[in-house]
Amino acid sequence: MTVTVGLSINGRRQEATVAPDTTLVSYLREVLRLTGTHVGCDTAACGACTVLVDGRAVKSCNVLLAQLAGREITTIEGITPADGSLHPMQQAFRACHGLQCGFCTPGMVMSAIDLVMHHPHGTEAEIRQGLDGNFCRCTGYQNIVQAVAQGARAMGR
Amino acid sequence: MSAAQSHYTGKRLERREDYRFLTGAGQYTDDITLPRQSYAYFLRSPHAHARIRAVSTEAARAAPGVLGVFTGKDVAAVGGLPCGWLIKSIDGTPMKEPKHPIIAESRVRHVGDQVALVVADSLAEARAAAALIEVDYEVLPAVTDTATAAAARTAIHDEAPDNVCFTWAIGDKAAVDAAFARAAHVTRLAFINNRLIPNAIEPRAANAAYSRGDDSYTLYTTSQNPHVERLLMTAFVLGLPEHKVRVIAPDVGGGFGSKIYLYAEETALVWAVKRIGRPIKWTAERSESFLTDAHGRDHVTTAELALDAQGRFLALRADTTANMGAYLSTFASCIPTILHATLLAGQYATPAIYCRVQAVFTNTAPVDAYRGAGRPEATFLVERLVETAAHELKIDPAELRRRNFIREFPYASPVGLTYDTGDYQPLLDRAVALADAAGFKARRAASAARGMRRGLGYSCYIEACGIAPSNVAGALGARAGLFEAGEVRVHPTGKVTVFTGSHSHGQGHETTFAQIVADKLGIPIEDVDIQHGDTGKILFGMGTYGSRSLAVGGTAILKALDKVIAKGRKIAAHLLEASDEDVEFRDGKFSVVGTDRAKAFAEVALSAYVPHNYPLGKLEPGLNENAFYDPSNFTFPAGAYLCEVEIDPGTGAVRIERFTAVDDFGNVINPMIVEGQVHGGLAQGLGQALLEGCVYNSDGQLLTGSYSDYAMPRASDFPQFAVELAKGTPCTHNPLGVKGCGEAGAIGAPPALINAVVDALWEEGVRDVRMPATPFAVWSALQAARR
Repeated sequence: MTVTVGLSINGRRQEATVAPDTTLVSYLREVLRLTGTHVGCDTAACGACTVLVDGRAVKSCNVLLAQLAGREITTIEGITPADGSLHPMQQAFRACHGLQCGFCTPGMVMSAIDLVMHHPHGTEAEIRQGLDGNFCRCTGYQNIVQAVAQGARAMGR
Repeated sequence: MSAAQSHYTGKRLERREDYRFLTGAGQYTDDITLPRQSYAYFLRSPHAHARIRAVSTEAARAAPGVLGVFTGKDVAAVGGLPCGWLIKSIDGTPMKEPKHPIIAESRVRHVGDQVALVVADSLAEARAAAALIEVDYEVLPAVTDTATAAAARTAIHDEAPDNVCFTWAIGDKAAVDAAFARAAHVTRLAFINNRLIPNAIEPRAANAAYSRGDDSYTLYTTSQNPHVERLLMTAFVLGLPEHKVRVIAPDVGGGFGSKIYLYAEETALVWAVKRIGRPIKWTAERSESFLTDAHGRDHVTTAELALDAQGRFLALRADTTANMGAYLSTFASCIPTILHATLLAGQYATPAIYCRVQAVFTNTAPVDAYRGAGRPEATFLVERLVETAAHELKIDPAELRRRNFIREFPYASPVGLTYDTGDYQPLLDRAVALADAAGFKARRAASAARGMRRGLGYSCYIEACGIAPSNVAGALGARAGLFEAGEVRVHPTGKVTVFTGSHSHGQGHETTFAQIVADKLGIPIEDVDIQHGDTGKILFGMGTYGSRSLAVGGTAILKALDKVIAKGRKIAAHLLEASDEDVEFRDGKFSVVGTDRAKAFAEVALSAYVPHNYPLGKLEPGLNENAFYDPSNFTFPAGAYLCEVEIDPGTGAVRIERFTAVDDFGNVINPMIVEGQVHGGLAQGLGQALLEGCVYNSDGQLLTGSYSDYAMPRASDFPQFAVELAKGTPCTHNPLGVKGCGEAGAIGAPPALINAVVDALWEEGVRDVRMPATPFAVWSALQAARR
């Protein structure tokens, strides 16, 4: 049995015909080969798989493709400019050394974009609270918090 | 003859690897899908200890999409996973090394032990087929408690009837006992160094392929040391020809020690791949990571410090039981011994030290190196003793340390290490100033006025990094060398590719190493590329662990660069019609001393590859050099950490108010990256002290097997850390003067936090709080003290 879903991924309209238990992350990684979205756990805890659905951060391991008819999905690949430059939030992470091994980074950046778009001008404490759904084992979060604040300023938030 | 100008060293250069990580263009093992890919699923034991009476696989074999089902019987002829360090007991007998099969044969020894490997067209089919396998278990009593494992009635391995792997000791026991007999004061502590689960955010993964055309294997895997992985796998387990197996560790999403080891899963995949005839991929689910990644710490310890009437340390005595888990992991045996007991002098001139270490088997996951590896356990032991002694003697903790610091270097400790250099007092003084320890009393009073308790804790750690030299390590039981290899390939255009045996899984080698190379050759950093993590490209490598990459791997590159420059000098001398001795290399140019006649590095490189005007009679064409570097000693980073906490006595909740770290890492190549390493280490160290703890119940079931139960540190658990890199004391025996920074935070932070918690509650009678200092642990300690 399959289901067919019409949705937009990184600005491209498409029809996906998949098994009904296909998660968004498995569709992104295994069918579209958009491997920038990572899987770090099996309980929707770590946040490595975070993408934007209609502009809001969603853990893509925890949502079925079949639930996403008509939605706009944006992954880390979708926010990356084609000209080799970086999105202001990506740029802030690089400038602040907000990443080490890079595995949590795409999910962290997507969460950060949602955070500053919906909670602008956050204090340090608010940024830390806002990132609680994303684990990073390398950075101790210190430079991530600075990166989010700097990225927010660059985005005018 | 080296580039004198430093354009890159010491600068906070943005990382060159970041673009691919930030854009999703990184290539981690699970991102790689090969043509005709098949998928593996491991059926794992639900029991901590059981005999396998029978395994029935017929239904699984017949299930849709299944390509193969393998059990312990199929791999009975395959060797066990080896341990790389032989420790001998006090009586001279070698440690017990029971076989660690890649698939359990007749017995399972921990929950998660592999019982069968299923390979299928898809992961879903492999998993579904595994559910059809019937295993007839005879459940046996489980042994899970570190402290009592040696007294258990159940033997986990026939080779170790009392579950003891070894009982080892270091130090002059008679001298220590005599010092305790004449001590004016003795401080005693008994504590547990809590067991941790590493939790790199990328789960372990492997993808094995076999090429029938040339009878060769390729393994992509999440490894910190692909050459070591290949050597152990081919020579000791599978009996495959080393040169026909290529191991690639592509981008690796954090390791912290847990990806050093040769594991059963990737070994089983390589064993099976020729039989299946298609590439096989396996990626751990997080619950498998919890169950099967090598865990860390897990010591049960008693420790005593003897002091004279002036507060000078006379002797230290410790006894620790270290949990090895169900099998000996790759470096398990050297962690509580060579990397723990040798560090018990810390920063202090304690004249006599004795430590006995008993290692035990239990029905739990194997335990091995986790960030710090033995050194956090040693630092916790020493720094808890010192701080407790200060409280007991009513001496300021900074002052007691001051009285006991080692002042003269090199310093030969009573537990076998010789510290080449250090200067501890300025680190502590600076940390005390940065942390505003002088203002602490007022802050404590302000907290008290709000009904809260405030504490300040100190920790002065010593670390030993870049374990070396190989011959000494060999005499201590190491079964491998501890050098590093580097190769510098200069291209005809003067661009340079550097191949390093170190491996980066977050450390930023592609940037730091390029900074060194560009400065040494006097060329733009854009002309330097750093390659690592592939046995097909890199001549050899011992990999990355123990904060060794720059000190050992960086030096190997430097040695190769020296050879490149030496040869370039000869080529340039020929081109400039001068004698070799008259040519110097500076700022990317070979020039005749005292003249303006010069050849740029790129011109010399071109000449080496287009040798039309070239001394072919005495010099080979080409410019490609490699070097192996075996250090003459460990390096000894040190630091002073202060932690300030506020505690709600009503709930026991601890909040970290301030954390100050001043570290001496010797010379620093990229301060931004080094500070990042400290931040991450602190988060793991504070995670151990405040949040994290692995718990097995008495049946051997892992109670902390998910992120709902194992408290991973989150952004909101920490304040901004005040981190300062001291000018410090450069290492005296490597040319970079670097010491290593990767583990410092995880080593120094736990005692600082617990010392702060105890300080906050000392007046109310609390003398110790266990790790992790959860609200329940702190509240319970307070209630017990009040009774």
